[in-house]
Amino acid sequence: MVKEFAVSFHWRKFKERYMFIGSRCGHCGEHFYPKREICPKCRRTGKMEHVQFSGLGKVYSYTIIRVPPEGFKTYVPYVIAVVEIDEGTKVISQVVDCRPEDVRIGMDVQLCFRKIRSERDSGLILYGFKFKPLK
Amino acid sequence: MTEEAKLNRDVAVIGVGQTKFGEHWSQSMREMAVEAGIKAVEDAGISGHDIQMVVGGNMSGGLFTGQEHSSAMLADYLGLNPIPAIRTEAACSSGALAMRVGILAIASGMYDFVAVGGVEKMTDIYGPQATTALSGAMDYETEAYFGATFPGIYALIAQRHMYQYKTTREQLAMVAVKNHDNGFLNPVAQYQKRITVGEVLSSPLVADPLRLLDCSPITDGAATVILAPADVARKYTDAPVYVKATAQASDTLSLFSRRDITTLDATVEAARRAYKQAGLAPKDINLAEVHDCFTIAEICAYEDLGFAKKGEGGKLIQSGQTMLGGKIPINTSGGLKSKGHPVGATGIAQIIEIVKQLRGDAGKRQVNGANTGMTHNVGGSGATAVVHILSRDR
Repeated sequence: MVKEFAVSFHWRKFKERYMFIGSRCGHCGEHFYPKREICPKCRRTGKMEHVQFSGLGKVYSYTIIRVPPEGFKTYVPYVIAVVEIDEGTKVISQVVDCRPEDVRIGMDVQLCFRKIRSERDSGLILYGFKFKPLK
Repeated sequence: MTEEAKLNRDVAVIGVGQTKFGEHWSQSMREMAVEAGIKAVEDAGISGHDIQMVVGGNMSGGLFTGQEHSSAMLADYLGLNPIPAIRTEAACSSGALAMRVGILAIASGMYDFVAVGGVEKMTDIYGPQATTALSGAMDYETEAYFGATFPGIYALIAQRHMYQYKTTREQLAMVAVKNHDNGFLNPVAQYQKRITVGEVLSSPLVADPLRLLDCSPITDGAATVILAPADVARKYTDAPVYVKATAQASDTLSLFSRRDITTLDATVEAARRAYKQAGLAPKDINLAEVHDCFTIAEICAYEDLGFAKKGEGGKLIQSGQTMLGGKIPINTSGGLKSKGHPVGATGIAQIIEIVKQLRGDAGKRQVNGANTGMTHNVGGSGATAVVHILSRDR
């Protein structure tokens, strides 16, 4: 039912999803993912700048998806986790390169670059960051 | 932040009507909306000519049925043209938002009689498509993109709640069991069937630790209430139910950006505003309909609405105090879990259950001496929360 998106829909997010770029407020020092133009704390006095995150973090919470949305059927079961990154903010993505049942809260993880899924009709392959256990 | 003022004019509910909740192969979105509308108008004892505006909550008519512009559809098929019609959308809290807009319209003095409703037709598409449609309630670009599902988002809340507060898997299951016990007594519920803790714990995993029987179902349904100025309410009904508070708050669209993923700060804030508007405290609430889209959501609601201390929601369900006959019965209708969850209609159906309870019309589910009740409707994983307090006392 959700129709396919045009390339621009994905293309404009490449930096954020491929290079793990977010924002930092130069005024209060808080980090944000995804990018924001306005710091919710400092508002107009905030000075938002883009930053590339280190990609290191810890699993804050996790789940194993057994019933997938469209486009993810071949990946089931897969882990979706809230990861608290070293910069202090949190993000959601998959945890891969381990058995789903081995994921634990507090586990150290690092970023990896992976395929997310592909668009059904155009075949456009969508990529993005995932996390894997820190070696 | 400036605090909002009180309503300029008191508002009452003078009529309610809803379809049975369930899988309605024979009825379309508009047909369900019309059925609920007619029942509410008849219950209020007014005519369609009296209604000056219609507000309808609808999350995603477009994705579920292809039909957007459901506001115009409502006015047209309810035979109410040319009065103004507004669609409200805040994901699963679209219904409560319609209620709120209707109340504000009357309090402003511009309108006297407003029909507020909610409708969702969810079974005209297949399961995976419905899962995708519901994904739009969270942050599509940063949560759904990576494969998170809506049950998955609440599973992340559950996992963390269990880790941080030692909430148990059994306590989550008890929420589903209680709500099915209540839904068993509700003739409009989708599942009028009791379940056991063992059945919940052996149902298929959807997103660990949540299982199928932790999740509210995919449901078709519509619900409508008629609002009027409190001053004239007694002309239309012997048992008007007065709006003591209408409150709403917002939080981050994504779950992961929250201060604490086990607390819905929007619920905490909406409840704080509602208690303040009504001049009441949690102990003054006799019963509540809370947003139990997943079992963990009811546990969080206990805490965020002030019925339990933070982290003690699990203990509250275990104590039995939220069952019928307990100190604070929660989800006497069966809740979203057992009554069903047609997303856009849910917020209005919650209002209807409280109105029936306060009128003394709740049959076998009746809470003795119910005088003041609360509704709590959540959009997405907590980006929107809407709280209403209703009372027999003006």
